[in-house]
This record gives sequence, structure tokens and C-alpha cells, in this order.
Amino acid sequence: MAKSKFVQDLPRIYTIYTGGFVAFIALMAFAETQGMSAKNIGLCFVGFTILIYAVIGWLARTAEVDAYYVAGRQVPTVFNGMATAADWMSGASFVAMAGGIYFNGYTYMAFVVGWTGGYVLVASLLAPYLRKFGCYTVPDFIGTRYGGNFARFCAVLILLLASFTYVTAQINATGTIASRALGIPFDVGVWVGLVSILLCAMLGGMKSVTWSQVAQYIVLIIAYLIPIFWMSWKLGHVFPHFSLGGEVERIVALEAQYGLVKNSAEALKEAKVPAGLSSMSIPHSGVPAGAMAAWKYVSLAICMMVGTASLPHILMRYFTTPSVTSARRSVAWSLFFIFLLYFSAPMLATLSKIQLLDPNLPTAIIGKKIVDVQAIEWVKNWTAVGQVYIADLNKDGILQLNEWFMRDDVVVLATPEVAGLPYVISGLVAAGGLAAAMSTADGLLLAIANAFSHDIYFKMIDPRASVLKRLTVARVLLIVIGCASAYVAAMRLTGILGAVAWAFDFAMSGLFFPLVLGVWWKRATRSGAIAGMLGGLISGTWYLYYVGPTFLNQTPWLGIDNLRFGIIGASVSLIAMVVVSLLTKPESEAIQQMVDDARIPSGKTVMTQR
Amino acid sequence: MASPKQKAHWEATRSLMIIVMAIWFFFAIFVFCIGEQINHIKFLGYPLAYYMTAQGSLIAFVVLIFWSNSRQEKIDREFGFSDADREDD
Repeated sequence: MAKSKFVQDLPRIYTIYTGGFVAFIALMAFAETQGMSAKNIGLCFVGFTILIYAVIGWLARTAEVDAYYVAGRQVPTVFNGMATAADWMSGASFVAMAGGIYFNGYTYMAFVVGWTGGYVLVASLLAPYLRKFGCYTVPDFIGTRYGGNFARFCAVLILLLASFTYVTAQINATGTIASRALGIPFDVGVWVGLVSILLCAMLGGMKSVTWSQVAQYIVLIIAYLIPIFWMSWKLGHVFPHFSLGGEVERIVALEAQYGLVKNSAEALKEAKVPAGLSSMSIPHSGVPAGAMAAWKYVSLAICMMVGTASLPHILMRYFTTPSVTSARRSVAWSLFFIFLLYFSAPMLATLSKIQLLDPNLPTAIIGKKIVDVQAIEWVKNWTAVGQVYIADLNKDGILQLNEWFMRDDVVVLATPEVAGLPYVISGLVAAGGLAAAMSTADGLLLAIANAFSHDIYFKMIDPRASVLKRLTVARVLLIVIGCASAYVAAMRLTGILGAVAWAFDFAMSGLFFPLVLGVWWKRATRSGAIAGMLGGLISGTWYLYYVGPTFLNQTPWLGIDNLRFGIIGASVSLIAMVVVSLLTKPESEAIQQMVDDARIPSGKTVMTQR
Repeated sequence: MASPKQKAHWEATRSLMIIVMAIWFFFAIFVFCIGEQINHIKFLGYPLAYYMTAQGSLIAFVVLIFWSNSRQEKIDREFGFSDADREDD
């Protein structure tokens, strides 16, 4: 098969697209100088980008099964890397991560390591072998390697649990950003967000999602990096990542000078500080002392890394490449594109913090008179929407470090205003956050709907279904699942359901060992895999229920709290799978042959799709 | 059953995987077990443990995947199981 004209044209198409987007930013910047209002700029950014994604989704519409499920297996490595990066980086990565680092310091950065290190596992242990299998979905691999509908069903169940937890948080983020930018109520924003997401995914399935995710990656990375570099240039650092050592040191000195104080719960209550807002009380770059603190860091990183390697919406992206070698290369590019954002987040937190703390900078507020601080434009705006709060706890009229409260998200969203950048940058950041949330929601919804339409409907219920019928079912399911998640998101249960970390823990509890051992251990049997999936899922869920603050709220064992329950689930899964596999008869010669075939890159895919 | 050549290819692949996992373990886990002990060391002006979690380990992961891919492709070619030519499909 010769390279299609479309694939050859891709670099040119996306270069023009990037140029167009930059021109659009310039146009908006010009409009701002001509007196266009902040509200209209925000509206243009959000409206224009959603329109572009919808057009891409429509252009990539398809009536072929291969195109719908795996984008025709012709996505080039670098582009698949960008699509995976957008698929991966959620609204939380974009909006909340820098804020988390800002307030929680070193310990929180276990997420940064966890959400990148997992790709080493994906590249070495899974992606090339799953690609060689030639499956459409992750449960498709489980169902083929271990055989039997029950194993396939267990995999669908875990996929559903992990992905649904995750997607409601994304739709919630989409709704929040849409409602803020378009000036509509949150509930309406959620549905507007859902319609935009479905426009990208419905007509062309994986093919549409792939090409709009590439477009979304370009928007989100531009939107994340421009404010960081701009702010850094204002402080005289050309390349922030390599030259902020001095600023980190300065923050340590300023922390010592102002004093890091943890406010008591009573003081916060008395001062009427709204829930969810925090003050700076944890050292910026210090490592907490003790073996328990180190274990907390390491255990969280392990959960995120192993979870990464088990999340179906990421693994399925590597089914879209032309060959096994290109799947492997594509993992490297994915991590590279993800890395660009993740190694910038701590720099954003540093720059943003120094702006407020350093008395030599015009943007500083700590140590100033409270009446003066309250008169600053951005402080007024964000106080009005309840995202920022000042409480004069010691009643001296001067703003102390522990008297300044912000919501985590504000760090990313308000930083352009704090640093005195034009409003066009804030509009750009809103578009970036929306792109991040939408692209992840696309991938997750597709993962769930495809598991239902391919694994449940086609493989179990009606294996003779025609192409038209299969694709119709796939699209109807996409809409149904989308509506279900928007409905749940609109109920704002995110405090309970939105813990993104849980998705990783569910996925690692049930899927990691059945997937990895399916390739690396020929002796793994069907009963073993089922024991591994169910054992991991049940023990993990039980442990979550046992320690979860909204459930039984028991004391965690060895510091394994509700963010880390995957440690329990995955351990049980491994033991159950090995023990049961060894107790049962080895799999047939045909299955052994299948595993041997999957281990070499050359030759036809192991399974043939119809 | 797997041919002797396939077996040898898998042996080589597995050895590479073990090396990659060892390097991964060092940068993803070991460094942060001793974070408290190494944070007084300065690197590029940053405290070392802070630097590793903010940048150092991330750079190591990116380099590690690109490096191990090239090693794996060499193994695949050596045993005649490469499909890298299909990259242009």
C-alpha cells in the first residue's frame, strides 16, 4: 500500500492550521487594542476552536469499520504521538496540576513523575504487542488471548469503571470552562460541552477523534507555553526551565522570611474562608522528612505509572499506527509531547509564586497593605467569583502569607492577569483548557462506546451484524454514554466521582497484570486472568470503600489511602492470577502459537477483523 | 511452537526489557526513596530531589524510550523479524 495523499499532506495541513491559529491570536490581540471587550474575546476563542474541531470531525466522517475503530491504521508516528498527548492531558493536567504543585510542593509532584514514567511501561511491556495482535479494543485483546466471553466481559467491566469515573470529570471541566467563557449556567455549559465533544467523535469514530485531537494538542500546548515564556521573559529568563534555580532559592528565602504557617481549622472557620481555597503553607522545593513521606510519594507515583499502562483509552491509540515498530516509536513521541507540558508546570508554579511573593516585583502582594491589594483589578475580579479570599487573621492591615487564599485552578487561569499580560492570553488559556478537557473526553467516550459496540454487541450478541448496523449501534451507544456522563457531571458529584486518580487505581487493579502477563507469561490461563481481573477489582474496590473519606473512612493501612488503593488491588490481582494459572491446565497449542506470533513484529496481525 | 530463532529473539527482547525496567526503577522510584538525603545537592541551581521530580526523571524517561526503541529495532533486524519497512505504508 502506497502512502495515501492524505497522509503525505498531513504536515502541510497542520502547519497551515497552526499558522492560522497563531494569526487568530494576533487578530484577537489587535481587536483587544481596538477596544473589544474581554467577554467577547473569550467567546471568540471558545467558539472558534470548537467550530474548528467540529469541522475536522465532519471531514473525517467514515462508513468503514476499520476507520471507525482504529482510524484505518494509518496514523503516522509523530501525529499519533500528538493525538495521544491530547488524549492523555486532561482538564486536570492543564488547569489544576500547576496549582497543585503551587500549594502542595514536592509531594504533589509524584503526579508529574507518575503521569510520565508510565509510558516506559507502555513502550516496553504492552504497546507493540497489543498492536501486533490487531485488536480494536483492549477487551478485544483479553477476549482473544484468554478466550471466552466471560474474560472479555470482565475486561469491559473494568474499562467501564475506570473510564466512566474519568469522563465525568472531563465533561464537568468542559462545562465549567464553556459556562465561564460563554456566560451561560453550568448545567447548560455541560450539555454544550457534550454536543461539541460528540460532534468531534460521532461521525468518524477514531478517525475523527484522532485528527481533532492533533488539532487540540496544538491549541493546548501553545496556550500553556506562551504565558510561561512571556512571564519568564519579563523576569529576564530566556529559557525558564534551565534558569529558574535562582528563583526557587529566592522562594525558599522568602518563605523563611514571611514564615510558613498552617492555619487552624477554627481560624479558617472564624474568618469565613470558603471551602476549597488554600493558603501557602508547604515548602516550595523542600522534601518532607521521614520514610513514611518517601513511601507516600513513591506509592502515589507507582499507582499513576502502573495505571497509565492499564488505561484503555491510551492503549487503544497505539492500535492506529501502520506497524508494530511505528506503535513503539509513537509511544516515544507521545511522551515527548506530554513532557513539553509536564516539565513546564513546575516552572509555571514557580513563576506564579515569585510574582506574588517577591517584594522587588511590581506584582507582589504579600507584605502590602490589604486595602491596596483589594483594589488591584484581578484580585477584585477573582474575589467576586469566590476564587480568591483575603482574611486579615492577625488584624494588622498587612497581608501575610497565611492570609491569602486561592483555589488551585486560579494559578493557571489567573496567572496571565497577575503578571499583567493582555486579556487575549486569558482567552487563549481558556481555549487551551477546553481543548485539553474535550480531547480526553473524546477518547474516553470512544473507549467506552467501542467496548460496548464491538465487544458486547458484535462479539457476544450479534456476530453476523452488517457493517452499517455495527456502526449505527456504535454511534447510538456513543450518544447514550455521552448523555449519561453529562447527566452525572451536571449533578456535580465530582467530589465523589471526579477523583481522576481513582480511574488509574481501578485500571491498574483489574487490567495491568492480565494485560502484561498475557504477553510475557505463556503459562497465564483464562481462569488465571479472570481471577486476576475480578480479584483485583473486588479487593481494590473494597479497600477504597474501607478507607474512602466519603465511605467508611477507616485508618489507611501503611499510608495506602483512597488515592493509592491500586497498590492493594494490583497485588491481589498478581497473586490471584499466578496462583490460579498454575493450578489450571496450560492453554492450548493454538493460544501458545498466538503469543509467539505477537512477540515478533513481522508478519500479519494475530487476529483478523471483519 | 516457536522456532529457535524466535526463542533467541525473545531472549534478547526480554534482556532489554529487564535493563529498561531497572533504569526506569532507578529514575521513577529509587531516586525518590532517597529524596530527603539528596535535596541539599544543587543541580543547575535547583535542589536535586526537586529537580528530579520537576524535570530530571522526565527527561530520563523520554531518552530511555527513544534509546530502548532503537535497541529493540536493532534486535528485530538482527533476527529478521523487523517490520520497520512498513513504516512507510
